[in-house]
Amino acid sequence: MNWKLWGLTKSPWVYHVNTGACNNCDIEILDCLTPRFDIERFGMLLVPSPRQADALLVTGGVTMQAKPRLQEVYRQAAKPCIVLCIGACACSMGVFAECYHMVGPVDKVVREIDPNAIIAYVPGCPPKPEAIISGAIAGLQAAAAALS
Amino acid sequence: MSVPWIVGMMLLGFAGTAAVGLTLKWVDRKVTAMVQWRKGPPIYQPLADLAKLMGKETIIPEYARRTGFLTAPILALSATILSAAILWSINLDPAQGVVGDLIVVFYLLTIPSLAIVVGGASSGNPLAAVGASREMKLILSYELPLALVLIAAAIASGGTFSLGAIATTATPTVWTKIAMALGFIVGLLCIQAKLGLVPFDQAEAETELMGGVYCEYSGPPLAMFYLTRAMLHAVLPCLLVTVFWGALTQGVLHAIVWVVLFLVAVVVITLVRNTNPRVRIDHAMKFFWYGLTPVALVAVVLALIGSAQ
Repeated sequence: MNWKLWGLTKSPWVYHVNTGACNNCDIEILDCLTPRFDIERFGMLLVPSPRQADALLVTGGVTMQAKPRLQEVYRQAAKPCIVLCIGACACSMGVFAECYHMVGPVDKVVREIDPNAIIAYVPGCPPKPEAIISGAIAGLQAAAAALS
Repeated sequence: MSVPWIVGMMLLGFAGTAAVGLTLKWVDRKVTAMVQWRKGPPIYQPLADLAKLMGKETIIPEYARRTGFLTAPILALSATILSAAILWSINLDPAQGVVGDLIVVFYLLTIPSLAIVVGGASSGNPLAAVGASREMKLILSYELPLALVLIAAAIASGGTFSLGAIATTATPTVWTKIAMALGFIVGLLCIQAKLGLVPFDQAEAETELMGGVYCEYSGPPLAMFYLTRAMLHAVLPCLLVTVFWGALTQGVLHAIVWVVLFLVAVVVITLVRNTNPRVRIDHAMKFFWYGLTPVALVAVVLALIGSAQ
């Protein structure tokens, strides 16, 4: 593994994007930042700007209003940047799948602008903080394998 | 000063300060983790951050002023390396100074903050522009008390602005000793703002300004700012200890106190950052102008009284 990928897997800075979640997954993401789960052990930091992000934590199935915004945030992020779909809605739109205002799960919306986007999925309603941490690590390792 | 000495000090100023600074950055994060009752990052964490940022894409925003946006981090880093080289040189051999190098170091250490202002203002982002204006206000507020306490140190050691002389002259009376202690405390609070740490991180407020001045930075330019800040984390406490306590190489006991004071300064900065909320920019300016400047003036007066006796 070269030093760039080593850095990427050891220091993933995350940016939180809500594309129409019910706030439950967001609370679980905030739980990850608390001392009990302490994601800084893995070098993860919550960064204020998508320019500095290595992983976008996306929650919620994408609504019509959120779609252009999610695509813009993904364009703004410096690559390589992985997308983590947190929760059932982000993975597959969940119980909102048939709703009139939904335009698709996160992977579909992101792949519209970047077919080669690296996307990891953490299912659950909401997923436990342990699952989010495990998903982030697995996603990064997969990303490192894909990029090397 | 011979040419090999200068080259050696420049190399030490870069590599040595980077190593010490990145370690101190880890100490800062580890102490923060301990205060918050968690485990914290591993020791190689700052190095991993740096490697990661160096390998990422550099984005130049459409509305950014390209030259200013990209030269600002280089400017900040080179000024920090230069001041670090001068401080290493003084600490390893106090006889190697030049006349007025205290003033040189003081102005060199203003350049990183000014470079942040330039970088933020030229990135074409309104949030970064607000951050740049706040950084400018912070510079205006903390430079006055910091300059005053450095002047107090110069007066106490016989009215010389040579860092080597200040670092080797023993302060003569009890009044000057009090002035030095006051100066150290005021200086600590000023470098808190110079490092851009809570409670004086208004320029990069994560929650209100999305990182403020660093909002549009990504990849290698951000890595340079990261390295600059890590190095400043070592250089600024080093300046305070050198000025208010003395150079490193003056006997074993003196060196031990030097290291202890340096570590105390670093840990106090971290603890202050962890136990305070971010204050409003006008409160910060009032704190420096009406709170710390009178204390710094008292230090100057005490130094004058002490050196006149």
